[in-house]
Amino acid sequence: MINEGYVVAGYLITFLGLGAYAAWILVRGRRLSAKVPEERRRWM
Amino acid sequence: MTQTTTTVTGAPAHTGSRGSRIVGILAAVGAVALLVFALVLSPADEIQGEAVRLLYLHVPAAIGMYGAVILLGVSSAMWLRRRTRGWDVLGAASAEVGLVFTGLTLMTGMLWGRPTWGVYWVWDARLTTTAMLAILLAGYLALRRVPASEESRARRAAIAGLLVVVDLPLIHYSVNWWRTLHQDATISTTDVKIDGLMLFTLFLGMVVAGLVLTWLLIHRFRLAWLEAEIEEGGLDRALAERRAEAEVSA
Amino acid sequence: MLADARLVAGKDLRIERRARVATNQVAPFALLVLVLFAFALDPDRGILDRATAGLYWVAVLLSTVLAVQRAYALEAADGVPDALRLSGLDPAAVFLGKSAALGLQLLVLEALLLVGVTVLYTTELAGPALLAATCLAATVGLAAAGSLYGVLAAGLRVRETLLPLLLLPVVAPVLIGATRAFEAALAGAPGDGWPWCGLLAIFAAIYVAFGMLAFGPLMEEL
Repeated sequence: MINEGYVVAGYLITFLGLGAYAAWILVRGRRLSAKVPEERRRWM
Repeated sequence: MTQTTTTVTGAPAHTGSRGSRIVGILAAVGAVALLVFALVLSPADEIQGEAVRLLYLHVPAAIGMYGAVILLGVSSAMWLRRRTRGWDVLGAASAEVGLVFTGLTLMTGMLWGRPTWGVYWVWDARLTTTAMLAILLAGYLALRRVPASEESRARRAAIAGLLVVVDLPLIHYSVNWWRTLHQDATISTTDVKIDGLMLFTLFLGMVVAGLVLTWLLIHRFRLAWLEAEIEEGGLDRALAERRAEAEVSA
Repeated sequence: MLADARLVAGKDLRIERRARVATNQVAPFALLVLVLFAFALDPDRGILDRATAGLYWVAVLLSTVLAVQRAYALEAADGVPDALRLSGLDPAAVFLGKSAALGLQLLVLEALLLVGVTVLYTTELAGPALLAATCLAATVGLAAAGSLYGVLAAGLRVRETLLPLLLLPVVAPVLIGATRAFEAALAGAPGDGWPWCGLLAIFAAIYVAFGMLAFGPLMEEL
């Protein structure tokens, strides 16, 4: 792999990885929020 | 344990809020700017070539990693002092987000190392300690997942969290001393002749990392709080309370 | 407090004497590790000689994990943790006592392993003072960390897989330091090794201090 290949791979994995992680958190957040009564959903 | 929580009436059915949205937008805008600067506007390095562009991810990822670990230590210590769920949940969130950043640090570091040093890995103090941190965080998260009462789990996690933070400098110092004895100099990722634009891009990267870290922590914290609520059967208790109220008023 | 510590240590050692876990299970395992290394590294190629220090301490570390697991499994079966909590003993004293008992067992294991490498790897035990000091300093650290994590993981049913994952990274500095010290001793250059021994002593102090502080909260629920 020439240098550019490594760079592209690095940026792709980083952004896709973080994006996937963020999406996962948001989706689970919605799912769990629905299960908890409104008053008890937040810390502050 | 009975938790007197400050609750918000009418919280929405998701983990977002105005604050998190602002941080998120700033992070997204910053990320786009970073892409432009890192991949297009900033120059390639004389020695490292295009590979230097990976440092605009690697160093910020490491900063995020340090931030998360510090937060883990602080929240672990604070839980032991205050014993409130918030600190425990913050520890859980910091550890997981921290592990993500550690993985990114290692991955970008390896992808940078291959074209620059010719190898994916060297046993220098910083890389080795980062790898150990990944394992330590994985162990911490595994401990958190063992079924136990909320208080019991929080207590073990707090001690384990502190141990992670305490152990990190020990590992770094001993590995550093060991490797410098063998004349394997710590290859620094900052062996870069930094020109103004590159420095700016690096700085931009760190700011974006901070924003992304904050956004992830806010959401992960709220998610973990919800998980704790559900696990503790807060739902059941609330229903039971309401049933009891209904009976009294009936 | 020292009297209480001695009390706890005595109890732990008496339990061990009756159960003989260390002698019956951990010691053979330690020797087995030495043998397996010989199988893997081919005694005739000189690798074993060069790697003796490291292999020795890896064997010690793996044996430590086993010893800690069995020690706390035995205890939990007898309902000892509750008794300890209700006894009103100072948690720090309990920690010191448990660490001392574990440490003593580890020292015996290390002595056994020294005999093992002398016989199996035909190692010449040069620099005995450094070897002994290293074993002592390393053992204090291992015993402290082992007791701490043993209690941390106590009562959890996944203890068997979780304990190694938690304990071994934390004692990695001991592995680094002890190996370097042993290498120096065995190579006839103990001057290089004593600083590492000093480092081990610092680690030991840190782990002991942490353990004394952390045992209080940990014992609240045992």
